[in-house]
Amino acid sequence: MNSVLLRLDNLKTGWATPMVGPVSLQVKRGEVVGLCGPNGIGKSTVLAAISGSATVFSGGIWRAPDCKVTLQTQQQPSLQGLPLNGHELLALTGASPAGLPHWLTDKLTHRVDTLSGGQRQYLVLWAVLNSDADLILLDEPSNNLDVAGSQHLATAIRARAQRAKNRGAGVLLVSHEAELLAVACDRCVELGESKIEGQQHA
Amino acid sequence: MLNFLVPDVQDLGLNLDLFGPALLTGLGFALYLPVLGCYLRLRDEILASLAYAQVGAAGALGAMALGASLNTGGLLAALGVASAKHRLVDVADARPSVRSSARSSTLYAVILVIAWGIGILLTSNFPLAERLGHALFDGQLLLSGGEQPLLTLLGSLVGLIVLSRLSKRLLLAQLFPDIWRLRSPRWQWLHLGFDLLAAISIAIATMCLGVMATFSLLLVLPWMAFVHRSNWRHACRWAMTTSVLGYLLAFGLSLAWDQPFGPVLALCLVSLAAVTAQLKPATVSLPPRCG
Repeated sequence: MNSVLLRLDNLKTGWATPMVGPVSLQVKRGEVVGLCGPNGIGKSTVLAAISGSATVFSGGIWRAPDCKVTLQTQQQPSLQGLPLNGHELLALTGASPAGLPHWLTDKLTHRVDTLSGGQRQYLVLWAVLNSDADLILLDEPSNNLDVAGSQHLATAIRARAQRAKNRGAGVLLVSHEAELLAVACDRCVELGESKIEGQQHA
Repeated sequence: MLNFLVPDVQDLGLNLDLFGPALLTGLGFALYLPVLGCYLRLRDEILASLAYAQVGAAGALGAMALGASLNTGGLLAALGVASAKHRLVDVADARPSVRSSARSSTLYAVILVIAWGIGILLTSNFPLAERLGHALFDGQLLLSGGEQPLLTLLGSLVGLIVLSRLSKRLLLAQLFPDIWRLRSPRWQWLHLGFDLLAAISIAIATMCLGVMATFSLLLVLPWMAFVHRSNWRHACRWAMTTSVLGYLLAFGLSLAWDQPFGPVLALCLVSLAAVTAQLKPATVSLPPRCG
């Protein structure tokens, strides 16, 4: 259950020029690691580097062989005007509806574009979180969620990481929401101006 | 007084003998093109359908001017443009995970303008191309014979099977592009493959049905299906079945009243779409639920 899925070694990354780093951290199967820091520090860029879209200027990114990675970004898929219901959306990533909050379970047969913004976002998050990935990268997933949604999300992230029979995942969670990080994460890494400090969460 | 509106049944029978192969050829496209149109609409590439149709027409006209095979000319032109467009979009994308629909739309619009210009100039300057040009642009049901109806029906069936197999991947790539890219090392092949499939299908359809009839089949019913259907499978099925009804209606009317097929088909499809809109309220107009 505790095999390392991801390791960053003094990673410096960005787009045209280096924006963040050096960053060092590792994520094991079954654990949730938070990545926090002020706005604009480069948290999302680190996730983009891990997923292969940002430029790595120095340092390294190691992923376990055959490790399936999934990524949720702050850019929501454009679902407006699409004839797609909740069941079909979840089926795209292979996510099971079991465990969805009660305020969504009875709406899975509805078109996704008739749901409220928060319901739609939670459904998309659920599809990403419960895909058959080994490593899950989440970028500010609680944006636009209400208190009930955030609380359910925190529980769902922990449950996803700690699934039985080696089907759990490693989760790297970017968020500025202290409560979500406190409930969901095993530990947090704070991105600072010049260096990265790993610390055990209280 | 209104006798001219009532078709002569005997004439209709004779016409069906003559136009039977054309009926079957068009039927294959009526089954397949609306489903293809649903995927083009999913990818925000509706303009592509008109662009590929114009390119197919220009290619066929160019081939005729050069004394080559029309089908080969139309197909090669559409395939060449699809490959070039794919390459241009890939080069222009700074971030490979982002497939900018706005960038694609602009490219398709430019392709459309160029193909239209070339097509009209060929029609104006080559006497041989003039008649074909009018048929392609005005929308006439072209005579077909031999093995063409069977080949078209089989091709449409193959197209439907391919789309059915690719459906989940196309939806995933559009709605969760990062997941698709991370899971599939050769993720860009799906986009190229779909572009080529669309280009081939639309070019062939254009040479059989004309530019605007092909565009109507790709545009009208997918648009209405997206507004009114509750899920993806229903949308595709509804677009396909309504298209067949509209096509048969248009075929009968154009023969009975001796009218060009393309405009009749376009108006029949729009009329069916309008009737359907009256029968079922739009689901997307419902107010968002709280929570």
